[in-house]
Amino acid sequence: MVKTAPFAANASAGMFDHVRERANWIRRRSLQMVFEARQGHPGGDLSAADILASLYFHAMRYDPLRPADPARDRFVMSKGHCSGSIYATLAAAGFFAEDELATYMQPRSRLNGHPNRYVPGVETNTGPLGHGVPVAVGMAIAGQMDRAEFRVFALTGDGELQEGSNWEAAMTAGHRKLANLTLIVDRNRLQQGASVEDTVDLEPLADKWRAFGWEVVSCDGHDVEALCRLLDPPAKVRDKPLCLIADTIKGKGVSFMENQVHWHHGVPDAEQYAQAIEELSA
Amino acid sequence: MSAAAVPQGLFDCRDAYVRAVEELAGRDARVVAVVNDSVGSSKLGGFKERFPDRLVNVGIAEQTMVGVGAGLANGGKVPFVSAASCFLTARALEQIKADVAYSGANVKLCGISSGVAYGELGPTHHSIEDVAWLRTMGTITVLVPSDPWETAEAIKAAAAHEGPVFVRISRMPVPELERAANARFVIGQAETLREGGDVALLANGVMVHRALVAAEALARDGVAARVVNISSMSPLDVDAVLAAAATGAIVTVEEHSVRGGLGGAVAEIVATRYPCPMRILGFPDFLPTGSADWLMQQHGLTAEGIAAAARDLLRV
Repeated sequence: MVKTAPFAANASAGMFDHVRERANWIRRRSLQMVFEARQGHPGGDLSAADILASLYFHAMRYDPLRPADPARDRFVMSKGHCSGSIYATLAAAGFFAEDELATYMQPRSRLNGHPNRYVPGVETNTGPLGHGVPVAVGMAIAGQMDRAEFRVFALTGDGELQEGSNWEAAMTAGHRKLANLTLIVDRNRLQQGASVEDTVDLEPLADKWRAFGWEVVSCDGHDVEALCRLLDPPAKVRDKPLCLIADTIKGKGVSFMENQVHWHHGVPDAEQYAQAIEELSA
Repeated sequence: MSAAAVPQGLFDCRDAYVRAVEELAGRDARVVAVVNDSVGSSKLGGFKERFPDRLVNVGIAEQTMVGVGAGLANGGKVPFVSAASCFLTARALEQIKADVAYSGANVKLCGISSGVAYGELGPTHHSIEDVAWLRTMGTITVLVPSDPWETAEAIKAAAAHEGPVFVRISRMPVPELERAANARFVIGQAETLREGGDVALLANGVMVHRALVAAEALARDGVAARVVNISSMSPLDVDAVLAAAATGAIVTVEEHSVRGGLGGAVAEIVATRYPCPMRILGFPDFLPTGSADWLMQQHGLTAEGIAAAARDLLRV
């Protein structure tokens, strides 16, 4: 079992720099994938990058050479349309060679537009929204039954929480006190066609999760240090599942994409791409 | 639903199902049951008593029930996800597709009280589309057992098979079929229960014993009918279907829609590889209210109806 970034209690401010570097690399690489494939979901890739980096390069315990290790921590990418960011993350974590990212959405590539189990490190196929939380709840129940030490993480979009299946699963997770389960909500406040607030408002979101029996914490979803500390095992054993509402910016890191709804699945032209990479390399 | 008394000599296949699941659970700690408040209708009360920590009741939430099943399989369990077939397959169809079939999750989906068992409750509670939906997903093994013995064997085969399986389990009383002592249930293999060269009656589930009675009646008219039990709907025994076509006439019989089920599956093979005249017996569409028996009679899903279809096909 590899823990890629051992935690030190007396951490210095710089100890999360490597996580930040990974997050920026995920941003650049996933945007390159979208640019080359001429399709994808860059807005949500960019909002999720710090969360994914904090999970895979700090919080989670896994061995990329043994993706079926029963003791591994599990991650479910419920917002499966942001496949560029999760594929880039898995490649960076060593589950498969980075070269393969160049095949994103090409004929016969296993890196299709949504995560699938042909790709090492993907635990369950996602794409249709509202699937990840129920499956993660099942994983957490299996861990609870076996008193296993592995933890289960899932990442949903915020618009995705309009799917009722999430709330079915939220009830079961609260009822069964699945303390080994952490859900992160990528709260970028935009969905495909408009803002979440203007479509079907989720607020009061934290109160909703609390009412379903979850512990809820909010944080800046681009503050890598805050994310890493919140995703670490709690000092005192939790008796509830944790919902981490990560406030994010859709298109984070690229000035002309930030908070612009059409970059949900927009594809940059060559000039825009060059500018984006320059900004992400700064 | 009050439990109707099962007539003498007939059996409710759910009993065989739960016996098999409990037996499996007794020797394999990975076996768990997942239900949607359906402990009673799935007859899992005994399982709950013996293995309280291995019964996951997610409440009335079929999407989560199937997703949780996939998650449990990821965690190394062998989940038997049991619910009324109408809700399991219709409400959670996308979870079955994405979380189970496409993900290749080792989940055993048990569609209880399938077909028109809930006759009087109307089309919302009928499950005459389930086989058609599920057999389009090639990674799911689809089994439609005919009697208590085959139900238990199908459950054991499902557990032994690594990958998604759907087992359609009726609550309609059926007799135990006569079989050779060395009979074996094998996924992907049809079972020829009676030889005959004039016409082939291809049936599954609760229609198999009716097809056998129809064959007796046809024999009295001098028609030799072969009876083949197609309990393994996917994978389908293509050789058995081609051999049936070689008789020159096929009648398919299912307690299911005539669209996309056994008749459709057989027609796909026959039309492209060995054209022969066919009759497809089943249900046409949403059905009127009535008991299961009445609905079956109305649509010729009786021994008499099967024999009449065969005679019509053979013009005798």
